[in-house]
Amino acid sequence: MLSDITIGQYFPGKSAVHRLDPRFKIIITAIFIVMLFSADTFAGLAIGLIFMCISYGISKIPGKLIAKSLKPIIPIIVITSILNLFFIGGASVFHIWKINITDEGLRTAAFMVIRIAALIAGSSLLTYTTSPIILTDAVEQLMEPLKKLHFPVHELAMMMTIALRFIPTLIEETDKIMAAQKARGADMDSGGLIHRAKALIPILIPLFISAFRRAEELALAMECRCYKGGEGRTKLKTLKSGGADYAAMSLSLLFLAGVFVTNAVLQ
Amino acid sequence: MEPIIRTEKLTYTYSVGTPFEKTAVKDVDLEIEPGELIGIIGHTGSGKSTLIQHFNGLIKPTSGKIYIDGQDIWDKNSCNIRDIRFKVGLVFQYPEYQIFEETVYKDIAFGPKNMGLDEKEIDRRVRETAEIVGLSEETLGKSPFELSGGQKRRVAIAGVMAMEPKVLILDEPTAGLDPKGRDLIMSRIKEFHRRTGATVLLVSHSMEDVAKFASRIIVMNKSELFCCDETPEIFKKADEISAMGLAVPQITRVFMKLRQSGLDIRTDVYTLDFAIKTLREYMLAHGKEIPHAE
Repeated sequence: MLSDITIGQYFPGKSAVHRLDPRFKIIITAIFIVMLFSADTFAGLAIGLIFMCISYGISKIPGKLIAKSLKPIIPIIVITSILNLFFIGGASVFHIWKINITDEGLRTAAFMVIRIAALIAGSSLLTYTTSPIILTDAVEQLMEPLKKLHFPVHELAMMMTIALRFIPTLIEETDKIMAAQKARGADMDSGGLIHRAKALIPILIPLFISAFRRAEELALAMECRCYKGGEGRTKLKTLKSGGADYAAMSLSLLFLAGVFVTNAVLQ
Repeated sequence: MEPIIRTEKLTYTYSVGTPFEKTAVKDVDLEIEPGELIGIIGHTGSGKSTLIQHFNGLIKPTSGKIYIDGQDIWDKNSCNIRDIRFKVGLVFQYPEYQIFEETVYKDIAFGPKNMGLDEKEIDRRVRETAEIVGLSEETLGKSPFELSGGQKRRVAIAGVMAMEPKVLILDEPTAGLDPKGRDLIMSRIKEFHRRTGATVLLVSHSMEDVAKFASRIIVMNKSELFCCDETPEIFKKADEISAMGLAVPQITRVFMKLRQSGLDIRTDVYTLDFAIKTLREYMLAHGKEIPHAE
C-alpha cells in the first residue's frame, strides 16, 4: 500500500539524457521554460514542443509517464481553459444564451493548455532522468554564488538530501506501526471523518517519536564522523561536464533563438 | 482435539507481477494445538515474520488456507477479521515503538477498548496483565516514555496480553535486551501461559531461547517449513540446523565438538542437567571414573 509510492519519480536508465551533467540539465530545463513563456505564436510553442519530444525520444522514457506527470494538473488545465474560453472578448464564433465564445478566447485557451501541459511534461523529464540525490548535489553547486550573500546553500542541500533519504525509512516505519496497531484492534478503514482522524493518533504519535529519535541519532552519528558544515568539504563523486553537455545546451539555445525568430517574423 | 491454528499450503508472494517479486512463505502446512508452547526459528529472511502475520489476518495469503479454531479466516461470510485479531494477539519486534498513550494504563487499555469491553472489565484486565508482566501499581499512572527500555517492552507486551487472546504470538520479544531483561520477559510470558492456558508462539533466531521455553519447535528455512517436531527431536538435527546458519546453544555446540573429535556421544543435548547425565552415562559405558557431583 504505502510502499507503492515512488518518490522523486526517478526512472533509472543509461540514455544520453540520463548521463548529462545534472547542472546542465537544470539550466536546459530553465531554457525550455523560457522558450514556452517567450513564445507568442503557435509556431513558437511548436518549436518548444519539438525540443521536448526530441529530449523524450533520446531519454527512452515511456510515453505513458508523460501522461502520468500530467494527471495531477488536469484540474488546473481545465479551469484555465474555461476561464480563457468564456471571458476573453473578440469576434463571436459561438453564442447560446449568455455564453459567448470568441475566436480570441478559443485561441488563448488552446495556447494556455499547450503551454501548461508542456511545462509540466518537460520539467518532469528532469526528475525522471535524474536521481533526487544527484539533483540536490547539482542544486547546491548551482546556488554556490549565493554563498557570497551568506545564504546557507550547503545546509539547505544537506537538509534536502537527508529528507529524501529518510522518506522510504519513514514509510516502512509507518507500515510497521500500522500493522502493530491493527493487531491491537485499531480500526482505520471505517467510520466518519472524525473517527478516522482520531484513528490516526495511535499511528502519528509513535511515528513522530521515532522521527525525533532518528534525528537525534543521525545528528550524533554525523558529529562522530566530524561533520562540521560545508566548509572545506569535498565530494566523493564530483560532477563533471563534457562536450555532450555543452552540445545539449547549445541545442537548447538554438531552439530558444528559433522561438524569438518566430516571434519577430510572425507578428 | 481440533488444532487452534492450521494452515494448508500457505503461500505468500510479495509484489506479485513486478520485478521485485519474492516468495516469502511457500507451501506451509502446520497444525498447532491449543495450549501449546511452541517456538518458531529461522534465520533472517527465512519467512518466519511473514508467516506469523498470516495467523491474525494482517497478511492475506497469495494462495492456500488458514484456519483459526477450525474457521477459514478469509471466508467473508462466516468470519470477521477483527475478531480474529482479538483471538490471536501479535506482539511485533520492538513493540515499544507502538506505544502512544499518555499513561501506561491507557496504553494497555487500548486493545481491550477496541474490543468494546466495559470500563470495569477493561480495568480488571489492565491490572491483571500489569501484574503478570511485573509492572507496579504506581507505574500504571506514569507516562510510558519515562520508563526504561525493558519496562516499555513489558508495557507493550501487556497491551496485547490484555486482549486475553487465545493465541499469543511474540516476534523476538527479547531482541536488544540484556540477559537480565531477557530472563524477566521470558518468565513473564511463561507466567501468562500458566495462568491463562493460552497457546503461545515464540519467534526467534536463537535456539537457545526457544529450547528452554518451547515443547515443540517449527524450523523455517528459505521460505519453507524445514521441520516441525518435539524439541528433543529437533536437537537430533542440530547439525543440519547449525548448517542453516542458526545459532545452536553453547552446550549443544560442546557436544557436537566432542563428537567431531571422535567421541561416540549424543549431540541432542540442550540443558545442563541432561548434559551432566549424558556425560555420566558416557563415562560409565567407557569405564571411566566419575568425579563426584557436589
